[in-house]
Amino acid sequence: MAENQKQNYLTHPKGIMSWLLTLDHKRIGLMYLLGGIIFFFLGGLLALGMRLELAAPGNDFMSNETYNNVYTLHGAIMIFLFIIPAIPGALGNMLLPLMLGAKDVAFPRLNLASFYIYTLGALFVVYTIISGGVDTGWTFYTPYSTTSTSNVIPMTMGIFIIGFSSILTGLNFIATIHKMRIPGLTWYKLPLFVWALYGTSLVQITATPVIAITMVLLILERLLGIGIFDPALGGDPVLYQHFFWFYSHPAVYIMILPAFGIISEIIPVHSRKKIWGYKFIAFSTLSIAFIGFLVWGHHMFTSGQSVFSQIVFSFITYFVGIPTGVKIFSWILTMYKGQVSFTPPMLYALSFLFLFTIGGLTGIFLGAVALDIHLHDTYFVVAHFHYVMQGGTIIAFLGGLHHWWPKTMGTMYNQTVASICCLGVFLGFNGTFFPQFLLGLRGMPRRYATYDPQYAELHNYSSFWSGILGLSIFIAIMNLLWSLRKSNKLDPGTNPWGAMTLEWTHTSSPPHPHNFEKDPVLEHGPYDYDKVVVEPTFKK
Amino acid sequence: MDRLTEYLFPKQVSTFAADIDNLFYFIFYSSIILFAIVVFGMAYLAIKYRFKKGDEVRLTSSKDHSNILESLFFIIPLILVSITFVWGIRSYLKMIIVPDDAIEIKVTGQSWFWTFDYPDGGTTLNELVVPSNQPIKIVLSSKDVLHSFFIPVMRTKMDCLPNRYNVMWFDAQQEGVYDIFCTEYCGTGHSQMGAKVIVMKPAQYEAWVAELGSDDEDIPLDELGAKLYTKKACNTCHTLDGSALVGPSYLQTSQMWGEERVFDDGTSTIIDDNYIRSSILEPQTKIVAGYQGVMPTYQGLLNDRELDALIAFLKSLKEDSQI
Repeated sequence: MAENQKQNYLTHPKGIMSWLLTLDHKRIGLMYLLGGIIFFFLGGLLALGMRLELAAPGNDFMSNETYNNVYTLHGAIMIFLFIIPAIPGALGNMLLPLMLGAKDVAFPRLNLASFYIYTLGALFVVYTIISGGVDTGWTFYTPYSTTSTSNVIPMTMGIFIIGFSSILTGLNFIATIHKMRIPGLTWYKLPLFVWALYGTSLVQITATPVIAITMVLLILERLLGIGIFDPALGGDPVLYQHFFWFYSHPAVYIMILPAFGIISEIIPVHSRKKIWGYKFIAFSTLSIAFIGFLVWGHHMFTSGQSVFSQIVFSFITYFVGIPTGVKIFSWILTMYKGQVSFTPPMLYALSFLFLFTIGGLTGIFLGAVALDIHLHDTYFVVAHFHYVMQGGTIIAFLGGLHHWWPKTMGTMYNQTVASICCLGVFLGFNGTFFPQFLLGLRGMPRRYATYDPQYAELHNYSSFWSGILGLSIFIAIMNLLWSLRKSNKLDPGTNPWGAMTLEWTHTSSPPHPHNFEKDPVLEHGPYDYDKVVVEPTFKK
Repeated sequence: MDRLTEYLFPKQVSTFAADIDNLFYFIFYSSIILFAIVVFGMAYLAIKYRFKKGDEVRLTSSKDHSNILESLFFIIPLILVSITFVWGIRSYLKMIIVPDDAIEIKVTGQSWFWTFDYPDGGTTLNELVVPSNQPIKIVLSSKDVLHSFFIPVMRTKMDCLPNRYNVMWFDAQQEGVYDIFCTEYCGTGHSQMGAKVIVMKPAQYEAWVAELGSDDEDIPLDELGAKLYTKKACNTCHTLDGSALVGPSYLQTSQMWGEERVFDDGTSTIIDDNYIRSSILEPQTKIVAGYQGVMPTYQGLLNDRELDALIAFLKSLKEDSQI
């Protein structure tokens, strides 16, 4: 046992090449995490730059051109380099085989290839930034994007390349979930995080090719002057919007479904309670993934599409809301008659429920066509999608990071600092984005570098709180990194939350290089807190 | 509720504004109830069943479903969203079915100003003048990239496309001057692409239309230039105080009168009347070093007297600034 204690995937084998050429899903997951955090930091700095400029009405810190570059890069980096790849790439890679009792994903070499494709795409984006940036908005609406003199081609090329990483990861996960489960681990005994990754992967492999094709068409139009989207060449800009949102709306579910999965893990474990409505949560994931393909037109309510389309898209949009609502109620009811501990991951999960509910409910306002026409392309939309993407996905990601940190890194962070940071993130987030709902109602358009003084007070308030938000996230991540110092190692048998999924019960922390020392045998379901007592263990 | 509306929304000026705000309140209050259930439910359960110091880790309840609760969670939101959907569509139909007696005004978006063409001839820039209590049909298009025409007090907006016409309408119930914004990102000057809608009493509007385009003959050139400076949207990109916006400040150009100006291709020219004239009519041929060549041509938008007026106005700035 003593020798095994020393052997974990972090320290064995050694050497930089053993990392760069690793086929171990855990190491690949960590490399994704590192990449994701770097871009999260960069995207966050850009966001703070925008808030600084918007603190007062005029061009105080940036010219219009600079602001347009900054907001474009903020959106593109956060979406394409952080949110979409981070949860499936980092937490998904790290945990999926462990949760299934497998030694690795189905195609380990393909998995490494996905990571390098992501890196290559990221290099294109970095090149775009260094060579002068891009000013089209992350949506690349034509004909502005086909006529803009900024670096549209390297940026869209980067997105095209990263798409392949997404597709291959999705493919890999689907094969893994189908074929790599240990005996007895039937579909209904899978942890819900696995169901969430399954739904996400389905969307990744079916939707991502559409954005890839769209980006190629855009590049062809710019390079060769083929008229597809630019009316001056005989194309149609609304066609571009259809193509773009046909991917980018399902992409919202690529971003949010894994977050749902994380919340479905955190809440039962930290409430020590069987999850409420397992099957409902599992199938609602799949139904959301499916319905997500049918609602793209609600991004185009002011584009002039036909009245019939407007009505149909509004109607279907509400069908995404209902399963999502039932999920929220299920998570809350999970706490009923449980033993709820207010640990940092649980605090993030509770923040998620608060913030994501606001994000979801404000979506109802935008789904009503008549009201959307007033709110479209205003700060109301900006606030809405930040409540979903940051208040939902990023909060869940931070919660998941805190939940699985002792498992993956074998150290425990300072829990008091982590809890205070969670509170800081919660307050900072609401302070930043809630005023933006009011700005939107009053008619403040988005993507403005300067604005009418009537909006100054709310903008100023939003900017102030964004500083608190940024600082809290920064300290939260520093707190995690600070825990990595040597003196802080945990006993490999640690299971600090008393979780009962395979990654906690059948392998050490951090896990063995081959995941499990001997083939795991399934003894109970993932949330059987009514059948088995798993004592939390926390030893140095 | 009136005070809340005043706080949350811009004024309700169009006929359908109140209806849309009411739809907002319906969703708003339903959401507050649902949100309260979520937050109080969450807080209640989390606190009631919290794990206290000294508690023993034990088996917990196996209860994981309740058919009644689940049906309620399904049915109540379903009813609420059904009402919202129907209300949203009914109000929407009011917003798109244009009354037959509407006056038609053609609106053209161009980077970065708005042109308004009135039915009896006459054109204004960045100032839409309409009579009150009269349906106005707006036919939208764009000369370059996408723009979107948004009048917050009317609660309506519509994209301007370069390859087809979009239509919107409103009937203003209250005289006044209100904001118009561009809400589809269109490049450098997007945030300055604002305009005003001026709602007049019908009689006043008649008089205004009759006078449109004829009042400029009598006033001195530099005063006319000062009027055109805002009327023709020069102010979107050029300041009068020397600071650079999208283009060079008029004051700077005025102060450099007779001096040499350097362009981005390395050539240079003396600033004189002909230089200014060609910069307005063919802005892409000579681009001042340090700026982007993004100005549209004003060919056809200014007559000769108006060109003279802008040049006279620009020249006059130098003297004003010395006082």
